[in-house]
Amino acid sequence: MTLDSVVAGRQARIRRHAVTGGILVLLLVAAFLVSLMVGNTFYGPGDVLRVIFGETVPGASFTVGELRLPRSVLGVLSGFAFGIAGVTFQTMLRNPLASPDIIGISAGASAAAVFGIVFLSLTDSIVSVFALVGALFTAFAIYLLAHKGGFAGARLILIGIGVAAMLNSVITYVLSRAAAWDLQTAMQWLTGSLNGATWAAVVPLAIASVVLIPLMLAQARGLDMLRLGDDSAASLGVRVIRTRVLLILGAVALLAFATAATGPIAFVAFMAGPIAARLVGPGASLLLPAALVGALLVLIADLIGQFAFGTRYPVGVITGVLGAPYLIYLLIRTNRSGGSL
Amino acid sequence: MSTIEARAPLPDTALRRPGAVRLAWLLATLVILAGLCVASVAFGVREVSLAEIFAALGGDANGVSQGAVIARIPRTVLAILVGAALGVAGAAMQAVTRNPLADPGIFGLTGGASLAVVIGLAFFGLASPYATLALAVTGAAVAAVFVYAVGSLGRGGATPLKLALAGAATSAALMSLVSAVLLPRVDVLESFRFWQIGGVGGATWDRIALLVPAVLAGLAICLLTARGMNSLALGDELAAGLGENVTRTRLIAAGGAVILCGAATAVAGPIAFVGLVIPHFCRLLVGTDHRWLLPFSAITGAGLLIAADIVGRVIARPTEVQVGIVTALIGAPFFIWIVRRQKVREL
Repeated sequence: MTLDSVVAGRQARIRRHAVTGGILVLLLVAAFLVSLMVGNTFYGPGDVLRVIFGETVPGASFTVGELRLPRSVLGVLSGFAFGIAGVTFQTMLRNPLASPDIIGISAGASAAAVFGIVFLSLTDSIVSVFALVGALFTAFAIYLLAHKGGFAGARLILIGIGVAAMLNSVITYVLSRAAAWDLQTAMQWLTGSLNGATWAAVVPLAIASVVLIPLMLAQARGLDMLRLGDDSAASLGVRVIRTRVLLILGAVALLAFATAATGPIAFVAFMAGPIAARLVGPGASLLLPAALVGALLVLIADLIGQFAFGTRYPVGVITGVLGAPYLIYLLIRTNRSGGSL
Repeated sequence: MSTIEARAPLPDTALRRPGAVRLAWLLATLVILAGLCVASVAFGVREVSLAEIFAALGGDANGVSQGAVIARIPRTVLAILVGAALGVAGAAMQAVTRNPLADPGIFGLTGGASLAVVIGLAFFGLASPYATLALAVTGAAVAAVFVYAVGSLGRGGATPLKLALAGAATSAALMSLVSAVLLPRVDVLESFRFWQIGGVGGATWDRIALLVPAVLAGLAICLLTARGMNSLALGDELAAGLGENVTRTRLIAAGGAVILCGAATAVAGPIAFVGLVIPHFCRLLVGTDHRWLLPFSAITGAGLLIAADIVGRVIARPTEVQVGIVTALIGAPFFIWIVRRQKVREL
């Protein structure tokens, strides 16, 4: 292999990453605009853009500005958060099953949030803090439980599944204790939903995203190096422990804020990373593509859930139906190829 | 070969406990079960005295306490049946898959049964008890075959780790589908809201009458293959060498487990972790001989479910915690403990 071919290959990869990233951004913008245009009343792109830029359009200002815009913004932000959190865990633990929604961290955030809402009557931003504490505590507990004379991915996943089972039963219990079994709330906390999105719910997640997403992207190189193993990463100049702690804290915090706002939207954190990896090909950092894929998943699933059927399904039901077969497909593929999960 | 060497000391220590010890344990567990039954009738949101229990049993149904007793008796009977079914199903599955993590809930059988029942109800209006039972058993069977097939793909066949992961992933996927079918349907959700959590609160004699034949059939199938399960524990090659038809034994025992688990799920909803905890506990008491292990699993499974039901009724007065939630809170830490105990190599 000559130097030229190496350089050419590298340039081809960079081109592919750039092109895929560009297409994903365009798709996301398109999905965002569509989600603002359609609904009970259709508004053309002109109206929508004018509302976004602050002009007053009769009718559209309220419908688009107060109802659809918070919902779509919440969808995009939570998709970013779930995508980044999922791919961070999957990359760090080198295992697609190790996404935070499968190993129970999302369940920890939900359980704390539901507890705060039902028993302590908390509201938006304090619920977010509760979810954050719950998620951090769960992550820490899983880490401690799984760390025993070395780290085994399989053990961590099984322990995470056990923790998730326990936390889910806590969520079910707390919900069943709620004064009135409110279907809306139940759906939000069991599968995730964008229904009832308000600007008040968007604000905490928006602040967290502005602070945390750049922080995570700054660690992207470190994350890729960690994939090579701790020793190799250290010899490449990565401060292993610092990078890992930062990444875990950032991912858990993003996840917690998103979960507090929308509930644990099923399988988005799990699906975004592997889909992004397929799209951009080898050798790229997956954080940004996974964020874009996550946001696209949430927006498109929400559109499907709202308008494709007679009844309106919450977004988590749609992503759950998409994610469940994908989970099984992944399992079959890995087992058949003889790899270990 | 290492299998034989490793198993050689077993007959003296684990496989053959002295008969007297086993009989003593049998007596003890039966006494405890009887005590739990009495407690299950006596305790609850309203406590009743022994005299009132006897009065109610004698046919006096006038007072509130007597009414409570009469309402709690079918509930207790249902807990016995469901607990025994899940305990034996778990023991049989652990024998069939030679996997310490096997449990009808974790391996997706309960999830398959739930999904089948929910789909039948939501899309085809199949609400009759017989249809529910048939759907649940079919769903459990399909899930069992599927999980075993996925877990056996690739090198090394059905290793404990691959099976456990396949089961847990399938279970998660199935539960997500159950939510997807159930949540948007307010009418169905109302009746299935508590069923989905798993509980014995809605017990009626009709449901019990439906469950009894299925549970008896499943118990009989499992008990009749107990000897075969002992052979399976030696490993497939050795078992085949001893004249055991390994595939047939496996299929029959798994069939028994599927019937037990499907029937229990149809009536009481998905209850996880009972089938995981009970066989481990019973092996400590009576060793690994399945001819003893299975009956003990039935007795202690029933006891555990009654105890969990009592706890659920007492801790959150004046409301109740469904038994499925209590077993998950007890069972999940136990599951984690077993996972931690396994060496990485064995996983």
